[in-house]
This record gives sequence, C-alpha cells and structure tokens, in this order.
Amino acid sequence: MTASDQLEQPSKWVRALDKTGITRGGPPSNGPLYEKRKSVHNKRIDGPFRRFKWLVMVVTLAIYYITPWLRWDRGPYAPDQAVLIDLANRRFYMFDIEIWPHEFYFVAGMLIMAGIGLFLVTSAVGRAWCGYACPQTVWTDLFQHVDRFIDGDRNARMRLDKAPWGPSKIARRGGKWGIYLLISLVTGGAWILYFADAQTLFVEFFTGTASPVAYMTVAVLTGTTFWLGGFMREQVCIYMCPWPRIQAAMLDEQSLIVTYKDWRGEQRGSLKKAQKELEKYGDCIDCRECIAVCPTGIDIREGQQVGCITCALCIDACDRVMKDIGRPRGLIDYATLDQCEAEAAGAPAMPAWKALLRPRTFIYFGIWGAIGTAMLFALGTRSHTGLTVSPDRNPPFMLMKDGSVRNAYTLRLRNMEGRPRDMEIALSGLPRGAVMWTDRIGRDEAAATQKIAVPADETRVVRAYVTIPAGSSADQFTFELTSLDEQREQDAEPTTFAMPGGN
Amino acid sequence: MADKNRVDEPTGTELVGHEWDGIEELNTPLPRWWLWTFYATIAWSVVYVVLYPAWPMVSQATEGVLGWSSRGALADEMTAADMARVSTFERIAVTDITKLSADPELMGQAIAGGAAAFKQHCVQCHGAGAAGYEEYGYPNLNDDDWIWGGEIGDIEYTLTHGIRWEGSDQTRISYMPAFEGIFEREQVDALVGHVLSLSGNGSSNAVGAELYAANCVACHQASGEGDQLQGAPALNDAIWLYGNSEASIRQQILAPRHGAMPGWSDKLDPVTIRMLAAYVHSRGGGEDTAQDAPIAETSEQEAAQQEVSGAEGDDRL
Ligand code: SF4
Ligand code: SF4
Repeated sequence: MTASDQLEQPSKWVRALDKTGITRGGPPSNGPLYEKRKSVHNKRIDGPFRRFKWLVMVVTLAIYYITPWLRWDRGPYAPDQAVLIDLANRRFYMFDIEIWPHEFYFVAGMLIMAGIGLFLVTSAVGRAWCGYACPQTVWTDLFQHVDRFIDGDRNARMRLDKAPWGPSKIARRGGKWGIYLLISLVTGGAWILYFADAQTLFVEFFTGTASPVAYMTVAVLTGTTFWLGGFMREQVCIYMCPWPRIQAAMLDEQSLIVTYKDWRGEQRGSLKKAQKELEKYGDCIDCRECIAVCPTGIDIREGQQVGCITCALCIDACDRVMKDIGRPRGLIDYATLDQCEAEAAGAPAMPAWKALLRPRTFIYFGIWGAIGTAMLFALGTRSHTGLTVSPDRNPPFMLMKDGSVRNAYTLRLRNMEGRPRDMEIALSGLPRGAVMWTDRIGRDEAAATQKIAVPADETRVVRAYVTIPAGSSADQFTFELTSLDEQREQDAEPTTFAMPGGN
Repeated sequence: MADKNRVDEPTGTELVGHEWDGIEELNTPLPRWWLWTFYATIAWSVVYVVLYPAWPMVSQATEGVLGWSSRGALADEMTAADMARVSTFERIAVTDITKLSADPELMGQAIAGGAAAFKQHCVQCHGAGAAGYEEYGYPNLNDDDWIWGGEIGDIEYTLTHGIRWEGSDQTRISYMPAFEGIFEREQVDALVGHVLSLSGNGSSNAVGAELYAANCVACHQASGEGDQLQGAPALNDAIWLYGNSEASIRQQILAPRHGAMPGWSDKLDPVTIRMLAAYVHSRGGGEDTAQDAPIAETSEQEAAQQEVSGAEGDDRL
C-alpha cells in the first residue's frame, strides 16, 4: 500500500491488524530459493523508552545473575541457598518458602499467575513483554550494545559489513564474537547455579569435577545464547517464536500499541518540500529515523506487523525529530486503535494511561490478585507435618496363631521442617487391646501409641502392623499423628481394618 | 497464468503466478538459514541411515555401520546394572544371614531384591501377597505359624532344600501316617473332636484324648504345640494349613495330604535365595530376628516405586 492509497481510504485502523506483515520486500520470484537475511544495524537512540529499556535490562540481568548467590539461613538440615531447585531431593526453595513435591500446586498456581499476568500486561500495554522483558530481547539488546561498542554505530557497522576481510575486520569480528561468547558463557553458567549450591558448583565447574550434565547444560545454553542472541536476533521473534501470534490474539482495539498516526504524518515529504507546500504534507518528514533505530528493522509506518516487538525505540526517535522540527511529539506513539480512530476523526488526544483503566484489565487484575492472595493464605497456613496411610491390600488381613487379627499399613510421616522431630502415632477407634508395632521397633514393644523419629525435611516411611486381640472385631479406625514439639501439629488419617470373613 | 513478475498491490509483494479460484500466491521465500537447516536435516538423515539400523528388510533391518541395536544397548545397560549390584550381592553373600538385620541398609536391599525374586518365582503357589492358598495347602508366609521354623536361617534352609523335594538329600521331610482302615469311624470322630478342642474349638472326649495320646503325641506333642524339628504342625493354634473344618481334619487323619515345595538351589543362586529368605522373614511373621529386622530407611521415591510394583502384584488370582 502506498502512502497515497492510505490517505484516500477511510482510516481503517483495524485493518492494519489483519496484515500478516512479515517484513516485506523479498527478492523477485525468479531469484534464489531463499530470502537473504537483511542485517539490522539499529542506530543508537536516547529517550525515555530507551532509558526504561536500560533499566529493565539491568534489573532483569542482575536478578538472573545474582540470585543464585543469595544465602538464606534455614538451619543445619537444609541448604542455605535462597533460591534453589533441588531436583535430586525434589524440593524447591525460595527464601522462606519451601515447596514439596506434593505441593506442586503452588508451582502450578505461580504459572497460572504468570499466565494471567501476561494477559493483563498484554491487554493493557500490548506486547510489552516482547519489547522489554523477553530474554531474547534482553540479550539481543545487550549484544547490539556490544556491536556498537566494538564496531561503532549504524553507519560504521554497515560499512564494516561491506568491507572486505582484512586483519582489522578479522580482529574486530574475532573480538566481538569473543565477547558474545563470554556473555553467553556467563548466561549458561548462571543457569545451572539455580540447581545446586552455587559456591560449590562454581568451584567444581572450574576444577573439572562438576557432573557431565552441568557441562552439557552450560554448553547448550552458551551455544544457543551465542547463536540466538548474537546472530539470529529478530529472526527468532519473526520466524521462530510462536508467542507473537498468540499475543496478537490477546490484543484488541483498546490495547496500547506502538502506532504511527498516519492521518497526522501523511503525506510524507522531506522537510524542504514540506516547508514549501505546508498544506500538502503531513508531519512525517520521511527521515527514516524510526526505521534506523528499530531493533527488528521494520517500518512502523506500514502499520501493525508481527516484527514489531513494541519496544518504542521508534517513539524515542520520532519524538526527537519532532522536537527538532518544532512539531508536537507523538507522531509515533503508544495509543489504542480506538483512540487513533477517534483522533483521526478529530477528537482530542487522550493520555495513554487512561487506556489502562477498563473492565478487561480490572478483571484480569482481579483474578490475578485473587489467586495470589489465595496462594499466600495457603502458604501461610499450611501444616508442616503430614501423614498418609496405605493399608496392605494383599493380603488384607492376617490371622495369627493366637487368633488375633493383624493388618499391615504403610505410613508416610512427613516432617516439613528443617529439624528432626519426634512424632507420635496413636490408634483411635479400635477395640480394647489393639496394639501396633513397626518395622523399627520390636514386636515385644507393641503398644497402642508409638513414637517415631522423623529426620529433618524428610518423609519417613514406616511399615506398621496393627493387631486386635482374638475375639474382637474392628472396621474403621484412625491413625492420629501428633508432632512432639511445642507446635503439636496434628494430622489424622482414617483407614479400614480388614477382618476374616469379609467386610 | 498470470504474468510472473506481477506485484500484489496491497502488500507490495511479488506473486508467484499461481492462481486457484482467484486466490493467488504471494512470493514470500524462506530465510536462508531456514533452508539450510532443512538441507542439514536431509544430510543428517542420510548419515543416520548409514550409521544406524534403518531400512526394514524382509526379516531384519539394515544393520548400520556402527553396529548399534536397541537389543544390544539394553544388554549393555543390564550388564552395567548387574555390575552396580555386585558389591551389594557380595556383601549379602558374605554376611551371616542371622546378622543381616544388623545392617539395616543391607537388609533393606536384600528385602527389595527378595521381593522382586518372589514375584518371579514364588507367587504361583504362595500368591502375590504371600498369603498362600489354604484350600491347596500352600502356607501363608505372613503369619506367625511356622511348621519348620520361622527364623531367617530356617527359611533359607527351606528355600534351598525344599520340602519333600527329590533334588536334595537334605530336603525337609515329615510324614503323617494314614489311619485309613486303622481307626473306626467313631474313633475318628472322637479324635477330630479332641484335636479341635486343643485349639479351643470344641470339647474334648475321653476316647479322642486316649487315641491322641497313643498315636499323635510323638509328633504333635501332648498339648498339640507341634514340633518344628520334625515339621509337625501345631494343632493348638488358630492357623490350619488345610483348614479347620471337621471334614478337612478327618481327611488329614485318614488320608493325609503332603505338600511339597521345590528347593531352589538348582535354579537360583545362593544370594537370591538369601534375599528371598530376608523378604519372607520381613513379611511380619518371621521369628526372633524379626524384632530387629527393620526395613532400611526407605526414601519417598523408593517407597513410591515399591508401591507401584506392589499395586501390580495386587491383582489377585
Ligand atoms: S522518525 Fe518520524 S518523521 Fe522520521 S520517518 Fe519516522 S515517522 Fe517520519
Ligand atoms: S517498530 Fe518501533 S516499537 Fe516496533 S520494534 Fe521497531 S522500534 Fe520497536
């Protein structure tokens, strides 16, 4: 669509969303089989959005690299790493929270919250995730700064690209790829520190004593970071990542997106031309700054497209141009499609933040907050002991020499605290004379209650034999568990007692 | 066919020139790396076909130059697993069986190994839960009634030499004489009554007591507690190998059934037999050493596995 087409047609912004809009302009059909990747050499830009991007980058990378080194005292029986995914012992530690495998619903809850959080953010400010927080974006951005640092800004890089290979180009490229590799290594290396004690693993890693899987993980992550961040870059966002397609489906006419206001910009013309014929030309002076700064190399003036990650660098660029030529900012701006249409029809501009206040965002936020509150409540009130009982079903009962009847049970006593605790198991609801003994104590010590020591942070599995004397009979009864400490936490598990001659 | 180099107006993209019902195809070629990745996968598949078994032939697939096969890989893994177990096996082999329970960890491994062997060799007669079958006289291994002794060493001996098993001259043999044709019917009735009274199930009578004293005491003892040395079952408890109905006891007096158990010394290695003994002993009915025979600290995971395999074994016959 040419610019003049766009002017003639009614400003149908919604139509812009329909465009598949993969970056245009391939080779002619009788050209080669593939499309050559066009290198993107985005230009340095400064502005509020760029600074925000810096901030997000620094904060996210800092969190990522520093977190494994944080310590958290959990006493002598548990690891002291603040955030640790202990796969071997199947525990997830996060500061004061310790998640056991049977509490996996907390992790599920966090994932649901993350999902709804993304709905919330996307419905409010479009693909902000893509533009600021996505790891691919963050590392690509970092690598682009390395490019700038080694090779210089856009023009210098373009020149270097075209230059023949010589000692200086080889040195520059080698040095640059070396830095890529270093960053990638740190990235891959930091990942494994989340899965084992960071200090130990760090030393082991460099003394060659870490496990092969650690080296393999680091190798794979280093390789992918190097390749995806250093070379694939926007190609990942455009061709590989399914997320833009999904996210696009969450947008509607009231989501904030980066848009070029064509009714204001068109018809484009150079500054010179525009000055000559004020009426004919719009605000866009066709300086192509917005294209030069774009990390994915697209032209936002063509409308919404899959290549746009909503990083708003083009807003920074265009705002600066508008300032220089003495026009109001916001030719490219965060705006909703509805708002654009209204503005095009002559309505006054509306501050972008107002777009955040609408039922959809409130509903998402409400759901998100409700789940978060429920999880916090559940975390705060959960018990640190637990008992599960599984009766032996084969054989269900045993007749003993003296006529007494015995049932066997497998008890699992959970101690979710970082210290060993004694627990008491008592029988309740069985006839007089019922006793139990376990595989840990002698049969001659059979009694109606038993004390069992449970190690710190462990589940102790105990086989218990419950016997009722000859002549009595039983049906349902309960194992009652009490922790023998000041908390005296309790749990009870009803079960059945099988008797000869059926139930 | 449309002109090849025509450009699609709204998108500014070339058309390839194909048209179906007015729908035309835009020329949006793949990126180069994508195409290369595709070629690389083709190249890789060729390499793979050469290296690994790939083409199905009439009876077998092509072998591949690496000589790899899933069967061979499995064999390697099994060997590795066997090697990993060797030290445990050796320790079980050299440990005095009565001292096995002093090492909870080793005992735990022995029990686990025995449980696996039991599922393979023993469930056919003794049932998946080792509860036996009264109607056939396969003894229950969970209870505390042992004809030949329930200490772990006794169990190992029985497993090794069997009961009335021709394969070993040290097999355990007990013999209950048949009184068919020797006792009158009334005498048998009286004897049945007396035998039942030994376990508190009926009243004794003079005739029965007299017959018992004359014929049975040598093996079953005066009060019917039996004799494990001779393999004479106790008659004064609640457990009956063939049931405690009058008919069953009568049959056992007139024409006794004699169960047999194969000795396993010719099929299983001594360590497996020892592990089986540990497992049977740990079922809750083992004598003496049972008291200090803890199951090794079972981790949650192992317990879960045991639970799973236990659940499989639960499909009762
Ligand atoms: S930066 Fe602004 S003025 Fe320059 S081309 Fe882009 S939209 Fe037009
Ligand atoms: S078009 Fe603008 S917002 Fe979109 S990716 Fe490019 S610079 Fe970022």
